[in-house]
Amino acid sequence: MRDDKSEESGRVTGRRARGELEGSVLAALWAAEKPLTARQVLERLPGNLAYTSVLTILSRLHGKGMLVRRPAGRGNAYSPVRDEATETAVRMHSLLERGSDREAVLSRFVSELSREDEQLLQRLLGEQDTGRHDDGQ
Amino acid sequence: MRISVYVPLVVGAVLPVLAPQVARHRAPRPAAWLLACAALVAMTGWLGSLALLAFTGFAQIPEVAEEGHWSVAALRTEDPVLLSVAAVSAMALAAGLMSLGAAAVRQARHLLWARRECGRLPGGTELVVLDDEAPQAFALPGSPGRIVVSRGMLRCLGDTEREALLAHERTHLRCRHHLFQAVWRLTEAVNPLFRPLTRAGGFVLERWADEEAAARVGSRTVVARAVGRAALASAAAARPAALAATGGAVPQRVRALLAPPPPRRTLPFVAGALLLTLCCASLANAASDSEHLVDSAERAQCAADADAAGRARAVHPARERDACCDHLAADTHGRHGS
Repeated sequence: MRDDKSEESGRVTGRRARGELEGSVLAALWAAEKPLTARQVLERLPGNLAYTSVLTILSRLHGKGMLVRRPAGRGNAYSPVRDEATETAVRMHSLLERGSDREAVLSRFVSELSREDEQLLQRLLGEQDTGRHDDGQ
Repeated sequence: MRISVYVPLVVGAVLPVLAPQVARHRAPRPAAWLLACAALVAMTGWLGSLALLAFTGFAQIPEVAEEGHWSVAALRTEDPVLLSVAAVSAMALAAGLMSLGAAAVRQARHLLWARRECGRLPGGTELVVLDDEAPQAFALPGSPGRIVVSRGMLRCLGDTEREALLAHERTHLRCRHHLFQAVWRLTEAVNPLFRPLTRAGGFVLERWADEEAAARVGSRTVVARAVGRAALASAAAARPAALAATGGAVPQRVRALLAPPPPRRTLPFVAGALLLTLCCASLANAASDSEHLVDSAERAQCAADADAAGRARAVHPARERDACCDHLAADTHGRHGS
């Protein structure tokens, strides 16, 4: 598995890899309840990344005005800039709510579930969870 | 001509039935390509067959025959296409082309909108997080495309599951899945019978992205859990429960991920390729047949003209028609030799 992964990351270009890393860091910060230090971000990212590259990404995102930085211990803790009810959020929300046919160009991660789907899915995941308790959470 | 012109129509009727079968049980990436090729062939086959049928009917109209210098009588005796069939074909062709045009405009407008929206989204990053509690995640195609995920969605996933979600959406963008979607939608516009291709295709694209994400995070069960958890969270935060008929795509994806990876068997693909080749070959055959038909009708008309001219030659020595016939004879001889 490890071999596959390194081969994969070797294939993607440097710029794309950096863009992906930015996305992963940003996602980890948004998923967290509280501000995270670079070390904590590193723990939440899969794969073995260098601490310094996480630091670089964090300061770049901070430079773009997407993160708030505050001192924590010897370093800094970062949290995303909250922007509830900004123009973007409102526009996206109305797009998804209205169910316009523009929705056709979006590739949504999951489609809606019917009630039977929901029960079936619960069961599938339940069987899965009793089997193993490793990665993920 | 008798049979071959109808083969693309039959293939077009069979494809929507076979397509979902292929989609469910095969490796998703080749299945997506196969479905896209099937759509293109079905669309051209359908339009081509209708055009040929309509043309042979149209060619029997005396004014048209006169313009093209061919014999209506010769066409009628040789051509098995009924005028009523030709008329229906012409109408279906016109409807298909108009609907195709409208769909093409709509698709282009949507893609342009998405591209513009990609530029308008804040931050220079690939990922855009919406500060919204409702779980949402989608990819917006553009150059470069953006991934839009809500805070609610990120919070309901574990660390590797989050990575799986991002990898899934990146696959949609990197492999340009919106273009596959566009092909299927255009095909569907030409003939509503082809709609199952769109549905099967949409499912296969999700599976493709799922498998790619699994390769990326190194675990298929993690992706299965990410998909399942995201869907359940979305359902829990559901807006008015308006739908019940999504065909259970999410449970199927999860089940496919929990099962062993799909085999890369080639046999169904060979069968599919043969079917598509048959369709193209029939269309080509029908086209050359109808060309041949018109040629022979032209020759019949020329012969009749030559007869008339021969009888009238004593008065008016006209030679134009003979030259036309000589030229035509040489032309058809050459073609038949090849």
